[in-house]
Amino acid sequence: MRYMMLIHHDEAALAAAPQQQLWQDYAAFNEALTKANGESGIRLEPSSKATTVRMRMDNTEVLDGPHIDAKEQLAGYFFVDAETPEDAVAWAKRCPSSRYGSIEIRPVYIPPAGGWK
Amino acid sequence: MREADEARHAAERVARDSYGRLVAYLSARTRDLAGAEDALGEAFATALRIWPIEGVPQNPDAWLLTVARRRQTDQLRRRGTQRAGEPTLMLLADETAEGGDDGDIPDRRLGLMFACAHPAIERGLRAPLILQTLLGFNAIDIAAAFLIPPATMGQRLVRAKTRLRDAGIPFAIPPRAEMAERLEAVLDAVYAIYGKGWSEWEEDGKESMAGEAIWLGQLLARLLPDAPEALGLVALMGFAEARRPARRTADGAYVPLEAQDVALWNDSLIRQANDALRQANGVGLSGRYQLEAAIQSAHVHRRLTGNDTWPAITALYAHLVRLTGSPVAQLNHAAALAHTEGAEAALAAIAPLSDDRRMQSYQPYWATLGHLHAEAGHRAEAHEALTVAMGLATDPAVRAYLQQKRRALPAD
Repeated sequence: MRYMMLIHHDEAALAAAPQQQLWQDYAAFNEALTKANGESGIRLEPSSKATTVRMRMDNTEVLDGPHIDAKEQLAGYFFVDAETPEDAVAWAKRCPSSRYGSIEIRPVYIPPAGGWK
Repeated sequence: MREADEARHAAERVARDSYGRLVAYLSARTRDLAGAEDALGEAFATALRIWPIEGVPQNPDAWLLTVARRRQTDQLRRRGTQRAGEPTLMLLADETAEGGDDGDIPDRRLGLMFACAHPAIERGLRAPLILQTLLGFNAIDIAAAFLIPPATMGQRLVRAKTRLRDAGIPFAIPPRAEMAERLEAVLDAVYAIYGKGWSEWEEDGKESMAGEAIWLGQLLARLLPDAPEALGLVALMGFAEARRPARRTADGAYVPLEAQDVALWNDSLIRQANDALRQANGVGLSGRYQLEAAIQSAHVHRRLTGNDTWPAITALYAHLVRLTGSPVAQLNHAAALAHTEGAEAALAAIAPLSDDRRMQSYQPYWATLGHLHAEAGHRAEAHEALTVAMGLATDPAVRAYLQQKRRALPAD
């Protein structure tokens, strides 16, 4: 099963973390992700640089900032191919961001045979 | 108030000592685990209400069993299905045949364990099922140990129990022809419980899981005295448990086997493990657990006496590889080879594993690879492998240890 792992950061907690250790851990995590899983992850710019777009009737709203104004914001993502949900949880535990935020595990939708419904 | 405390203590004592025994007995005929647990739960609740007033009965087990059986009969009657008549009659027959409520309750736990580890039950759910039915763990604690959301674990356990009831799986010791394979599944489940108390060492509350697994292993060895593998598992867990106090420094740093202070090892556990292993060897036939226990015994002997037991360890791992074909056994065999034939020979032995997908996300594979490359003087390869091992570590103490090893690599 393919899972998308969404990294949500508490940006303040992350800024307060010991930076050198954090980035060393992240370098090791990315190396493991590439070697063991086949692809590395994507890191996003902070949520303050986000733009949110909505179409309502014929009006287009373009707003500064992220979709939801929450303490923990989407900060990056990676994919894993895991045989069991428990394996996906192990990857979430390995991600250094799990110590400063949350990792949301989302199975990738597989369209049923016969096409989209 | 004193009586209330006494009643609660008596109920708690019975819960610990006899919960599994009573669940096993109540479900043996009906195969209805959820019903047995409900009935027993109600019986415990009744006991807590009545015992403080009337005093704790002389045989609390028998008292609880009588109340639980009455509840069980009520459940069946309430359900009122056609199927209900048959188990009720069987329950009555059971009662008559075994002489009512005063005698010892027959021990049906073995049959229950074989049912929980039945091939029809998903492998990953066997250990959780044993924890719940034999030891009375709740779904929340089991979920925490197995890193599964509590609601999901609860649903899976309910589904598994329904399956046991409806699929006609006997709560019994399997026939001789199926015994070896079925026992292996039971032992694997018990070892999985032990693993929860071992690898997740840094987290609170997991050590008790290791204790429960050892207790279950000892129960199995007692109920199946002719099975060397049950004794092998008891010995294997005993050796691991004996070393627990030496696995971390006072400030939580990881200490590998070679650097452990043997004065911290638990001598009496080592003695018990060696006894269990000797007893297993006396019965015969080497299985996986007996071999792994022998390997641990050789490690312990080497560290305690200074005698070189690596040739024996290498030979035992080679045997284990032939027996199981397991890549983990292959990995350990290669690591042992480094001590008898050198790092290059070990790297050659490990090479075929680089194609094994399971090994790619297995932290000890990369840690071993890094260690062997470092020893062979391949600095760049060692650095890379140790980095991947760090990234795969879920235990912060292990990650810090690997980082320290990586830092100790000679400069280019």
